[in-house]
Amino acid sequence: MQVSTSSSLHRSSLSLEQIKQLQRASRREEIGRNWYKFSRNPISVMGLLVVVTVILLAAFAPYVAPYPAHAGPFTDFANAKKPPSATYWLGTDQIGRDIFSRILFGMRSSLLMGVVVLSLVVPPGVLLGLLAGYYHNTWIDTLIMRVTDIFLAVPPLVLALAVASVLKPNLWNSMMAVSLMWWPWYTRLVYGLATALRNEYFVIAAEVTGASTAHILFREIFPNTISPILTKMSIDIAWVIIIGSMLSFVGLGVQPPEPSLGTMIADGAKYLPDQWWIAVFPALAIVVIVLGFNLLGDGIRDMFASEEA
Amino acid sequence: MSQPILSVQHLKKYFVVGQTGMLGKRQPITVKAVDGVSFDVFSGETLGLVGESGSGKSTVAYTVVGMYKPTAGKIRFMNTEIGTNDKRPKELQKAIQIVFQDPGSSLNPRQNIKQILEMPLRVHRKDRNRLEMVIYLLEIVGLPPEAMYKYPRMLSGGEKQIIGIARALATNPSLVILDEPTSALDVSVQAKTINLLLELQKQFNLSYLFITHDLSLMRNVASRVAIMYLGKICEIANTADFFRNPLHPYTQMLLSSIPVVSEEEEALRPTKVISRGEIPSPVNIPKGCSFHTRCPFVMPHCSEVDPEFTDMGNGHSVRCHLYPQGG
Repeated sequence: MQVSTSSSLHRSSLSLEQIKQLQRASRREEIGRNWYKFSRNPISVMGLLVVVTVILLAAFAPYVAPYPAHAGPFTDFANAKKPPSATYWLGTDQIGRDIFSRILFGMRSSLLMGVVVLSLVVPPGVLLGLLAGYYHNTWIDTLIMRVTDIFLAVPPLVLALAVASVLKPNLWNSMMAVSLMWWPWYTRLVYGLATALRNEYFVIAAEVTGASTAHILFREIFPNTISPILTKMSIDIAWVIIIGSMLSFVGLGVQPPEPSLGTMIADGAKYLPDQWWIAVFPALAIVVIVLGFNLLGDGIRDMFASEEA
Repeated sequence: MSQPILSVQHLKKYFVVGQTGMLGKRQPITVKAVDGVSFDVFSGETLGLVGESGSGKSTVAYTVVGMYKPTAGKIRFMNTEIGTNDKRPKELQKAIQIVFQDPGSSLNPRQNIKQILEMPLRVHRKDRNRLEMVIYLLEIVGLPPEAMYKYPRMLSGGEKQIIGIARALATNPSLVILDEPTSALDVSVQAKTINLLLELQKQFNLSYLFITHDLSLMRNVASRVAIMYLGKICEIANTADFFRNPLHPYTQMLLSSIPVVSEEEEALRPTKVISRGEIPSPVNIPKGCSFHTRCPFVMPHCSEVDPEFTDMGNGHSVRCHLYPQGG
C-alpha cells in the first residue's frame, strides 16, 4: 500500500458541502436498507399497518366513532342488546350503547396504559441494566441485581391488584402499580447483553483510551442493546394492554362509564352466549391490538438481526 | 543504544481461576499467565514477542496497555513507573495505544467509521477540528474520506483492521501494541497491512510491541525478537542474530517447523529439530525448566532447576542450561 501517494490523492478532495451531502446520502441509504429488511416479511408489514390503524383510530376516536356520545354516560334502553346491523355495526350493549364506538374509545385507555407504563419503565430499567452489566462482579452489580430479583419475585398483576385495592381504583394507580413491577425485566435483559458487550474489544479500546464511563455506557454499549429492547417493548406493550384489561375486567382499572375493553368484556360476559357480540367484539379488539404489536416486534427483530450477521 | 521507551522488569500476572481443597484448606488455583518477563522496547523499533497460544504473550500486551494490573514487577514508560494500581493519567492513555487481533470485535457495529475515529479525539484532542482529523486519519491509512459514513459491516476484514490502526493513531501515540494485528486476515491483505504499519512507523516514529505467533513474519518486520514459552521469555536477540544463530532448543524447534519454499530459505534453516508434544497447561507448569518435557536435549537437572538468562553478547540472551552462565 502506497500511503504517501494515497494521502496526496485525497487531500482536500472533498468540500464541507460534499461531506454533508455524503452524510445525507448515507443516512437515506441506511433508512432504505432498514425498510427493505423490515418489509421483506409481509407479516411484519401487516403488524405495522394494524398498529398504525389502531393508533389512528384511537387518536381520532371522537371523529371516527359513529356515536361519540355513547362513550359517556348514555342510555337508550329501546335499542339495548341489538345485534350487529347497518346502524350499529357491532351491535349495542345492555343499555343501548354502540359497541363499535365504545371499542374505539376503549382502545384509547389501553394504548395510553401501554405507552405510559413503558415510558416509565424502560429508561430506569435499561440504565440499571447497563450499570449492573458494565460493573459486573462488583457491589454495584450485586446491589442492583438482588433488588431486581426481589421485584421479579412479585407477579405484576397481583401487586397491581393489591395497589388498586388499597388506593383508589383508577387507570393512573393501576399504571403506577404495573410500572413498579415491570422495570426489572428490562434490567435483566440489558444486564445480560451488557455483561457480554463489556468484554468486546471496542469497549476495551474505549477504556484504555480513557473514554468516560458515560461514553462507554451510552455510546459503546447501549446502541448494541437497542434491537432487543425495541423487540421486547413491542411485545410488552401488548402484555401491558392485556394486564390493563384484566384489571378493568375485575373492576380495578378504568371506572365506568368511561369505556375500557376489559370492563366491556366483563359486562358482556353476563349475556353470553345469546348476546355474544357484547363481549366478543371487545375481546377481538384486544386480540387484534396484541397480535399487531407482536408482529411488529418480529419485524423490528428481523430488521436488526440480519444486520449483525 | 538510547533509553528504552518501554521497560518491563520481572512482570508477573497471575489469574485466579478457581479453588481446590475442602473447607478451611482452600487453595486458589492460579494460572501463571506471565511469570517474570523482562524486556525493553527502544524508540522507533519493533520488538516482536512471539509465542504459541497460551504462552502469555497477549497478557503481556494487555498489562502494558493497562487492561490488567500486574501481579508483580515493574513497567516503566519513558522513565515513569506505570505498572501501578492507580488509574492511568490521560497523557499515558494517549501515549500507549493498542490494535487488537479480531477486527470484527474491535469496531462497534452500531457506530459508523466517523464515530469510531472520533472517540479518541473526544478524549485527547479537544482542540482539533474533529471532522478534519477524521479525514486526516483516513488519509494516512490510505482510505478515502467517503468511508466516513460506512459501518464496520460494510468493510472487509483488512479495511476494518486498518480502521483499528487509524483509531490507535488518533491520539498520536509513541508506543503502539499490535496484538496479532494480521492473524485474522487473508494472506494477501496481511502483506498490505504490514506494509502500512511499517510506513506509519517511519512517518510518525512509532515504537511497536508486535505480538504474534507467526515467527517468519518477524524476519521482515521486527528489529528484535523475543520468544515466550509458558509465561517466560526463553530467548531474546536482534532479528538477524536470532534467525542466523538460534540458541534455545525451543527456538530451534520453532524455526525448523516453518515451512520453506525456496532453497535459499532451506539454507537459512537451523539443524532440524523435530517438534514434539504440545504446550503444557499454564495451570500446571512443569518444575524446573518449563520446556524440559519437550526438549530434545533434556538433561537430568533440567527438571529440577529453572535456568537463568545467559548473555551471549550483542544483546542476545538465552535462558537454557545448555549455555551455563559465565561458561
